[in-house]
Amino acid sequence: MAESVNQTQNFLKGIVKENPIFVMLLGMCPTLGVTSSAFNGLGMGVATMFVLIMSNIVVSLVKSQIPSKVRIPAFIIIIASFVTIVEMILEAFVPFLYEQLGIFIPLIVVNCIILGRAESFASKNNALSSLIDGLGMGLGFTLALTILGATREILGNGSVFGFKFVPADANTFILFILPPGAFIALAYLTVLFNKSTTKTT
Amino acid sequence: MDYIIILIAAVFVNNIVLAQFLGICPFLGVSSKVSTSVGMSGAVLFVMTIATMATYLLHQYILVPAGLDYLRTITFILVIAALVQMVEIMLKKVSPPLYQALGVFLPLITTNCAVLGVAILALGLEGGSLLKAVFFAVSNSLGFALALIVFASIREHLELANIPKGMKGVPINLLVAGLLSLAFLGFTGLV
Repeated sequence: MAESVNQTQNFLKGIVKENPIFVMLLGMCPTLGVTSSAFNGLGMGVATMFVLIMSNIVVSLVKSQIPSKVRIPAFIIIIASFVTIVEMILEAFVPFLYEQLGIFIPLIVVNCIILGRAESFASKNNALSSLIDGLGMGLGFTLALTILGATREILGNGSVFGFKFVPADANTFILFILPPGAFIALAYLTVLFNKSTTKTT
Repeated sequence: MDYIIILIAAVFVNNIVLAQFLGICPFLGVSSKVSTSVGMSGAVLFVMTIATMATYLLHQYILVPAGLDYLRTITFILVIAALVQMVEIMLKKVSPPLYQALGVFLPLITTNCAVLGVAILALGLEGGSLLKAVFFAVSNSLGFALALIVFASIREHLELANIPKGMKGVPINLLVAGLLSLAFLGFTGLV
């Protein structure tokens, strides 16, 4: 029983208490770079989540085989392999998303969340805990990216996931789908997130 | 003429940090003082130039002829990680003062997505040649330096400003970055 409670906490911490974007500020490049629409944010989140879960599992399985001096390069190779898999899958099956995310797909390799979890969690815990940790962190990341993408899309384009809810000739804050909007939207979302989490605790 | 366009585009129009969102981690992380941001910019200039040269040659003469283009991500990140380590060791031996200035920033650069990003972007340059790729890397690191140093100077002034409680720390920095990015948006259409 205690074990299962522990796993639930393990899962939930990635979503709220240690949310990779709003609390830990990891992986900022894709966060700001691809979130010009909710769909792109979701796609990036899912791709990252896949890499995070798989690399967490593999790292936790092989951790005892890797000498600690070369562990970082070894982790990077494991992560890069999964990123290459994601890159190929996206190119073959979702070419539209592949085009949209562009350079940020190979850059999942240098996303600090993944290496960070491999180093601080997966290299110390068993495969199941690592899987759940990856799932929680990945969901937290995906959620944050989707919210940021949706916010920018609503304000900047008057649509959510591509469905427009304002007249075609309506004026929208185009600023929010341009680069500066990413910084500004994230700034205010972080304020909101901090405000709501400090109230509940 | 080509080269002037690459320079202006990389520094002002398509600034690597403020328009392309590469290298945001060091941009937010080591920008609290102007002096450290200068050190970081120097280290990025150094590593980005060497890394782009190495990865360009690797791609052109090994990966493409062997049909191993799909291994690009893995090989590039490994080359960059090894290169950073090597630069660190060599710098320590050859030029201790330079090592003193850049040393602490070098390990951080392995996970700087700007380095890998520029290495990949340099492959897609029109009429690409090694010289052009290297020039592209230099221009982009100058763009990185400009954004980082301007941002750090603003942050130094922010220390003295009266900021609402909820906005302190990260949010105000992001907001400043947003305004800076807005200013750089004014360069659109320059080239």
